[in-house]
Amino acid sequence: MLSPPHERGSLDTAHPMTGIPVGFTGHFPEGSAYDVETRQRLEQDAKEIIAKYPKTRSALLPLLHLVQSVDGCVTQVGVEFCASMLDITPAQVTGVATFYTQYKRRPMGDYHVGVCINTLCAVLGGDEIWDALSEHVGVGHDEVTDDGKVSLERLECNAACDFAPVMMVNWEFYDNQTPDSAKQLVDDLRAGRQVPPTRGPNGLCTFKEASRVLAGINDGRAGEGVQAGPESLVGLEIAKEKGWEAP
Amino acid sequence: MTTLTPVLTRHWDQADSFTRAGYEREGGYSSLRKALTMEPSAIVDAVKDSGLRGRGGAGFPTGMKWGFLAQGTGKPTYLVVNADESEPGTCKDIPLMLANPHVLVEGVIISSFAIGAHQAFIYVRGEVLHVIRRLQQAVAEAYEAGYLGTDILGSGFDLELVVHAGAGAYICGEETALLDSLEGFRGQPRLKPPFPAVAGLYGGPTVVNNVESIASVPSIVGKGADWFASMGTEKSKGFGIFSLSGHVTRPGQYEAPLGITLRELLEMAGGIREGHELKFWTPGGSSTPIFTAEHLDVPLDFESVGAAGSMLGTRALQIFDETTCVVRAVSRWTDFYAHESCGKCTPCREGTYWLKQMLKRLDAGQGTEEDLSTMNDIADNILGRSFCALGDGATSPIHSSIKYFREEYLAHFTHGGCPFDPAKSTKWGA
Repeated sequence: MLSPPHERGSLDTAHPMTGIPVGFTGHFPEGSAYDVETRQRLEQDAKEIIAKYPKTRSALLPLLHLVQSVDGCVTQVGVEFCASMLDITPAQVTGVATFYTQYKRRPMGDYHVGVCINTLCAVLGGDEIWDALSEHVGVGHDEVTDDGKVSLERLECNAACDFAPVMMVNWEFYDNQTPDSAKQLVDDLRAGRQVPPTRGPNGLCTFKEASRVLAGINDGRAGEGVQAGPESLVGLEIAKEKGWEAP
Repeated sequence: MTTLTPVLTRHWDQADSFTRAGYEREGGYSSLRKALTMEPSAIVDAVKDSGLRGRGGAGFPTGMKWGFLAQGTGKPTYLVVNADESEPGTCKDIPLMLANPHVLVEGVIISSFAIGAHQAFIYVRGEVLHVIRRLQQAVAEAYEAGYLGTDILGSGFDLELVVHAGAGAYICGEETALLDSLEGFRGQPRLKPPFPAVAGLYGGPTVVNNVESIASVPSIVGKGADWFASMGTEKSKGFGIFSLSGHVTRPGQYEAPLGITLRELLEMAGGIREGHELKFWTPGGSSTPIFTAEHLDVPLDFESVGAAGSMLGTRALQIFDETTCVVRAVSRWTDFYAHESCGKCTPCREGTYWLKQMLKRLDAGQGTEEDLSTMNDIADNILGRSFCALGDGATSPIHSSIKYFREEYLAHFTHGGCPFDPAKSTKWGA
């Protein structure tokens, strides 16, 4: 979970007027202050989230997801919002936010595309998919395309190994991918064509909308999509075919 | 010949299996009604008698874990479900929660009633959006039906259940790191003792159980401890979901009694992909030492796998054929452990970092045989010396791959790089 030094905040930013280094500039972009309406909505959401927990600080992870739903990443403004809602310091919030890989340090694309490069997916073709996709899109790990539509991430195991090689878009499953299907998927998304996940809702929500669900706010789409992928059912199908049952 | 025993997976082929209506049509929540008429201690006894052992990897007897809960502390008792499924190869809880979140919710209610908890949490990894929706919806439906909230089904028992999404950290699958994360801190493991049963969430007595363990509770209550114990082996009772992935003809989920062998499972799965043969496999995820073709007949139960030098873990059977370079596989797993090491303890933080560097060099053909001794030495200094099991797990692929595939490491040195063609091991490769 330790980040490479270049992601740990800059120590050598020069002052725009004097050119003198101004020291540590923070882990997250400053972000713009919330307008009144956004602030009110966030406060309302935050209060409902906090009320679910016996101790308020437990709401920190959900609140970080919540602020990410506004800016597509965690911002300094978001950090201070979490701190004020939970009555802890911004430094305490930052210490937590920098630990978890889902909290982003710059805005992600509308479609945040992950390719699993853990051993099993990598061996089955995830490495080829990553190389092809990264070249096709022209960005690397945790980087965003110029139009702000697509960001890429090298993912660790996402618990779908029987569907390898696996990709995720905005944390929805795209199973059994190939380099060609991966490129086609991203092209379609950039062109505004909906491509439903293999096991997920009928269409993708944006990265920001996904962050709201992660904050604990039900978007009412649980009923969409399949109950299980084909691979999840192979054992059951064999058992039915052979007449095998638990005693 | 062992046969499959679908219990948890039994209705996954029904299109509405994830809804309350679909679940109740198949008898769902009848175990809850029964449980609420029982003495809580009788439920704990039933789970003890069933022989159910933790399905999250360690295999600790679930009923015994419940029995360790501190009494009379003056603090609330909590149940926390560990749904942070992230161990490489492990892919059973995610499809379970997608297809049948209600069996988990029912298990949570019964288990909470048994241990006297009035607040429960499902800590689910954050990278599985639709699974989180299904859990949120199932919990909402359970509240609507009066299965959660106050005076559940007129029993006088109250329970609140919160679905809590993580934010990307494998370490939060470690139960005390999970509790720190749930309290709103960095997910780093705590010193044990005290164990969570004594001082867990908010310092209160806490049970942390895996999804599949808790999901097994309704069937134990409904059909009895003897029924559960009639499956499996003497010390590894019951059924479990075996997840086959990799170079097999039909990868997927196979629910079977503990003690089934990979040979039997492979026969059902149509064998290794056509024209290829088994090279190595993990019995329970990347943190369990790899096996080879000589282990095809090892019964997949806690004792037998342990006696053969590995661990049953999460029954995550990642299967690789002869096209796969073991050095590449181990190198990538080691990248994972280095990435996921929380940084709290030195052996794991520094050890995984150095192992990663060495494996990169070895894979590029720039190593010597002495490096293998050095790697074993580093792994020896992580194993048993780390703060938690993440570090121990990181050493499993190192030690076992050098043990079984020393020649393949050496071939990288003589060949001046990896002698394998990665294109051949892909799903679309030859």
